[in-house]
Amino acid sequence: MSATLLDTWYMTRRQLVVFARQPAYAVITLIQPVIWLFLFGSLFRKVVELGGFGTTSYLDYLVPGVVVMSALSSNMWAGMGTLEEIQRGTLNRFLTTPVSRAALMNGNVVNNGLVTALQSVVIVLLGLLGGADYPGGIGGVTVLVVASVLLGTVFGALSNALGMLVRERESIIGINTFLLLPLTFLSSAFMAPSQTPSWMRHIADFNPLDWAMVAGRSAMSAHPDWGDVLGRGGALLGLAVAAVWLSIRTFRSYQRSV
Amino acid sequence: MNTRAPAVQARQLVKTYPGDVTALNGLDVTVEPGTVFGLLGPNGAGKSTTVKILTTLARADSGSATVAGHDVLRHPDRVRRAIGVVAQNSGADPVATGRENLELQGRLYGVRGRTLTARVDELLERFALTEAARRQVKGYSGGMRRRLDLALGLVHRPDVLFLDEPTTGLDPEARTAMWDEIARLAGHEGLTILLTTHYLEEADRLADRIAIVDRGRVVVEGTPDGLKGELRGDAVHVELRETLGDSGRALLQGALGTVPGVHEVLFDGRRVSVRADDGAACVPALLGALERAGAGVASATVARPSLDDVYLRYAGRRYSEAEAPGADALVLAGGAR
Repeated sequence: MSATLLDTWYMTRRQLVVFARQPAYAVITLIQPVIWLFLFGSLFRKVVELGGFGTTSYLDYLVPGVVVMSALSSNMWAGMGTLEEIQRGTLNRFLTTPVSRAALMNGNVVNNGLVTALQSVVIVLLGLLGGADYPGGIGGVTVLVVASVLLGTVFGALSNALGMLVRERESIIGINTFLLLPLTFLSSAFMAPSQTPSWMRHIADFNPLDWAMVAGRSAMSAHPDWGDVLGRGGALLGLAVAAVWLSIRTFRSYQRSV
Repeated sequence: MNTRAPAVQARQLVKTYPGDVTALNGLDVTVEPGTVFGLLGPNGAGKSTTVKILTTLARADSGSATVAGHDVLRHPDRVRRAIGVVAQNSGADPVATGRENLELQGRLYGVRGRTLTARVDELLERFALTEAARRQVKGYSGGMRRRLDLALGLVHRPDVLFLDEPTTGLDPEARTAMWDEIARLAGHEGLTILLTTHYLEEADRLADRIAIVDRGRVVVEGTPDGLKGELRGDAVHVELRETLGDSGRALLQGALGTVPGVHEVLFDGRRVSVRADDGAACVPALLGALERAGAGVASATVARPSLDDVYLRYAGRRYSEAEAPGADALVLAGGAR
């Protein structure tokens, strides 16, 4: 077990180094949310006047939406990295060493989680700079960050599984482009649920993206509904475990197909 | 461990990939400890699949294999600790430095602390990478990368080193340098090396023993000199102006077979390969026989036997044609047993 932990640390650190050494990539991951935050923030500023947002400042409402959306959009591409490691021969090189097989997958999950957490915190801080108010305090923000990490884990693991399964970039690009906007707009990311058509609300109930937002927003509000937070958070956790399990299964089948 | 036990032993390996592609069809290989063994064959012959099975990456459908005395299926972890692998794409991390790549590799084998630092320093120096050690690998030349790959395979002082096409894609200069490195390794610390290659010259130069692999099986095995020696005398290669039909071949077979000193006549497209005791001496008689038979000659060369000739003899195809997919060659072996 300790060997697995140690190997997981080596694998995580290796990927963190890659993240840190590609400043362009790191900056883009962090700048994109800023654009969303201030673009949508200005564009829809007046929308709060419709009511149902639970705040008088649209930025307050928007921050959790952008945090969760960014968690989704950055983790969706995890499979590209895995694919590159397969094609470069890196994965096979590791597989011929005694490294813990679990650590190879864990490294991805932990690394993605850390990057997502960092990204989420930066967005929250930028929101604060822009004048957003978080009545739920540190506790509320922590719930939001955890929820976005869980959501990121779900889509990171699925993307990895897809990468190992189809082994072509085009499929990952296609699926991601197809999923990102519908998943985002069929949720309460930008619009209060009470202002959306009822069919959209019903779909949103099944959208993990929406679970993360509902949990985060509730915890960050002045009067959190902890039932909502735990319910959605628990569902996300369950989904994350299932997705990681699936990616481990796919990894095993990859090993058999080498 | 008993030092006389084979370092690698594979018996009747069979591996089929989806779509009914038979990669291995009953392959046997035995490598004695401390030797360099070359698996020689064209692309798609099954060399890489063999290496994948022996290095625990892939499982054979049937057959068995031991490496460094450990069964690859029952104790893959023991095998992994005993082997070093340099694959075709060895996948050093391009964003990490050479030193970081080596250190991570060492840690995965449980080498740590000062032992690791000392070992990495030693390897960097041995492979002339000390100056580049702190640079990211993405800036390395092809030759430097390959040397780093070799170093990666040696970090934990393996008993058996697998080199899968170690010089493919290198320019001639880097290739020669790589050959020198491998030759130096071979004499070192009783290391056993199994290398695959599709360069005849490479196998000839590096390997103590060679197995020629064709269509998933070993067709012949021996020392490079032994294999060449089995082909008695010289090779005379004659290039005809046009490809002959079956009847033309039969006619020439008869005509050339009667020339004194000729043992064997092989046809391969427009090429006729003749094996003779004294190649130069029988050229005039051969050319005369060809002229009488009405076959136009484009060129004729005399050569000492090469592994290419060995390949033609045992795989039934000329090496360069086996490399080209869909090539077909017909062999009429006159003197061959």
